[in-house]
Amino acid sequence: MTTTTSPSLEQRAVDAKTRLDDQTREIVQWHFDPKTGCPFWLEYASKLSWDPRKEVKCYDDLDKFDPFEDEWLRGGPVRRWVPKAYADKPIYTFETGGSTGVPKSRISIDDFRIDYEMFSETLSDDAFPRGGDWLMLGPTGPRRLRMAVEHLCQHRGGVCFHVDLDPRWVVKLVKSNRMQLMHEYRDHVINQGLTLLRAHEGIECLFTTPKLLEALCERVSLARMGVKGVFCGGTQLTAQFHRFAREELLEGKVEFVPTYGNTLMGLACHKPFDPADNYSITYHPPSPRAMIEIVDPKNAKRIVEYGEVGRARLTTLTKEFFVPRFLERDEAVRRPPCEKYPWDGAGDVRPFSGFAKPIVEGVY
Amino acid sequence: MLHIPILRQGKPYESVDKVELVHHATGEPIARVSQANSGMVVRDINRIDDAVLERFTVSELIDICKRAGERFVSSTLPIGDQEQTYDDYIRNLSATTGMPHNYCHANAQKIKRVLTELNVVIAGLTRGFDLSIIDKGYGEQNGRTLSYFRDGRTFGAVLPSNSPGVHGLWIPAIALKAPVVLKPGREEPWTPFRIIEALAAEGIPREALGFYPTDHAGAGELLRGVSRSMLFGGGDTTAPWRGDSRVEIHGPGYSKVILGDDTADDWEKYIDIIAGSIAANGGRSCINASAVWTPRNGKQIAEALAAKFAKVEPLAVDDPNAVIAAFANQAMAESMSEMIDFELKEPGAIDMTESVRGSHRLVTKDRVSYLLPTVIWCEDREHALRNREFLFPFASVVECPTAEMSKMIGSSLVVSAITKDQKLIDALMTSPDVDRLNIGAIPTYQLSWDQPHEGNLFEHLYRQRAFQAEPAA
Repeated sequence: MTTTTSPSLEQRAVDAKTRLDDQTREIVQWHFDPKTGCPFWLEYASKLSWDPRKEVKCYDDLDKFDPFEDEWLRGGPVRRWVPKAYADKPIYTFETGGSTGVPKSRISIDDFRIDYEMFSETLSDDAFPRGGDWLMLGPTGPRRLRMAVEHLCQHRGGVCFHVDLDPRWVVKLVKSNRMQLMHEYRDHVINQGLTLLRAHEGIECLFTTPKLLEALCERVSLARMGVKGVFCGGTQLTAQFHRFAREELLEGKVEFVPTYGNTLMGLACHKPFDPADNYSITYHPPSPRAMIEIVDPKNAKRIVEYGEVGRARLTTLTKEFFVPRFLERDEAVRRPPCEKYPWDGAGDVRPFSGFAKPIVEGVY
Repeated sequence: MLHIPILRQGKPYESVDKVELVHHATGEPIARVSQANSGMVVRDINRIDDAVLERFTVSELIDICKRAGERFVSSTLPIGDQEQTYDDYIRNLSATTGMPHNYCHANAQKIKRVLTELNVVIAGLTRGFDLSIIDKGYGEQNGRTLSYFRDGRTFGAVLPSNSPGVHGLWIPAIALKAPVVLKPGREEPWTPFRIIEALAAEGIPREALGFYPTDHAGAGELLRGVSRSMLFGGGDTTAPWRGDSRVEIHGPGYSKVILGDDTADDWEKYIDIIAGSIAANGGRSCINASAVWTPRNGKQIAEALAAKFAKVEPLAVDDPNAVIAAFANQAMAESMSEMIDFELKEPGAIDMTESVRGSHRLVTKDRVSYLLPTVIWCEDREHALRNREFLFPFASVVECPTAEMSKMIGSSLVVSAITKDQKLIDALMTSPDVDRLNIGAIPTYQLSWDQPHEGNLFEHLYRQRAFQAEPAA
């Protein structure tokens, strides 16, 4: 008779690092190979004094790149980001920013599907029932999230209902201090959501943002409406909001799944709820497809110690999109690997405090 | 460490998010203050029983407030899961705000006075009609039917940290039967919390007493959620709410002392009143004068004030001779001082105190900064510094012909016009820019509590209605 024991967390963390190194080599080879890579990175490499394909042997070697600048994503031609190997595939562009000026565009083919199918594996079938319909009460338009939530829903066998929500208009209203209008717009969105919830009894799952969840729960009990699970993200979720959502908005009866994501990286899942965490939320990136590291704001190559606050640095490593060392607009506490995700996490994520001008977050 | 909870309809709630308050001078942690998320503020406001105080008559509520006033300055009252004596309160208040103990005591006495003399305050707001009319909804006054109903079902206040005395302004809402939802200033949770506990100890139902330390977003939700409110803050804070009649704005005061043609040559007689108007209470109130307008002798007045103020020294908060507050936030003191220096580069204004004192206004001692009293002689009456207000004793002296004064002074919370010049008095009486007007040698900080301050809280909360009832058969 043989017995098997699951490997220790430490061993699994080592294995995850090995997978990350493998992924890094594969992705760098892919994006810098003239047969498969995209025009942007091939041109970038032609100006380098070193060859990424030869010199990037592990994840840490990505430090040889200068930080990715999201400004590179503004304007066209957008096809410079499409890997040659995928030139004939249908291409999506997802946008971020754009309240004023040219938005930043990221191309996608299947990444959003892959990311959200991976995320689907983390959801419980009780809270997000297979075959259950969804309401997507979040940003629409050229947003990755709009397509991704619909795919998640379809992947789990449901139908996804939407309302229109233009986050750029919300940001404009907030920046110009037209808060009354902003609230009217929020109520307009909520009213449409409520109409759908009342008209379609099969809706059991919801995506929404923290502010919209608050507004929705001021109007109805989601538990009584038959909602079983809420997937929440889009803006900062504080520990106190997390507690408030679980205990009061959702009355302890509806599952609450906080997430952190963006157009460039994808979706980070939260460490499973543990009362010992006192509602502090830790997000773990979808390694090895993407990483979040918490770095010293003054030296973006130095990862801070566990428990220290630093700026979030993203790296995306997929065949569709390569983003090395992008400094996000957020800061967080570096947290250690956990049983479910044996790699580092980002805790208590909030807008980066080191900017001269504060970041505007709206209802979205 | 002391924990200050949120009071959700009076019930203590410990938040996951807390802000630590430290001693301004030592950096020692003093308390952790639970922070409400904005959604909680909305949720609780929507669930207030807005008739919870209707079971009392106004007269009963005034009596409760009167007893609470005594408690405020004498009793040991709960604070979180601990207790606080009056002396603890003064120490805590001074520790986190940097206000000298003597000012903390003086402000506490102001609060007590408002509570114990609330009948006088309410009479000032209602102009003395029979208060049972509020209880019954209608009644006879001077042979006429008078009827009021409470439109302000809930009353909110977004409060400052600059001076505890301002808390006297929201207290009448309780006697006028409106449940309150308070957002304290970041460094000054002490006074509103203690007032609430004193009121609760004397019988105000806790459901009528909400206390929500929160951030900017939470403050916005509070103002949107309650039916009437008051908002304290600078221009940026208050600008979005101007024009919203549900929100009574308490912004910068730009209060002034004015001399007429008949008194400008006798300025020495009034110099103590002028100096007191500028520097009382550490110069931290909106009712402190931030400008002196005179038809002549401006430079001499500025020199005399500078000579008086040059003697002021930065002293520890427990020194009985301390007259200015310490700034725990050094960057704030520095930026105020830099702003003044920047504007002084424009010709037409001179810092008189600096030349008399021989040193700069900004003084830093270890963790703490002080701003010493500053008097600016504004030779150019169009100079930017003619109308500035800061959180320390600061004033400009401006010369202007009296015929033009009422149009030139701009918006002013208090004007003390030391003159018998009827033309000037008439011009000030009709000026829409002057809120409180004192005629004669009355310091700007001297308030008569039987008159409304910057808006009438009774009129803010109640509406008069036409009312007829068929006589009983």
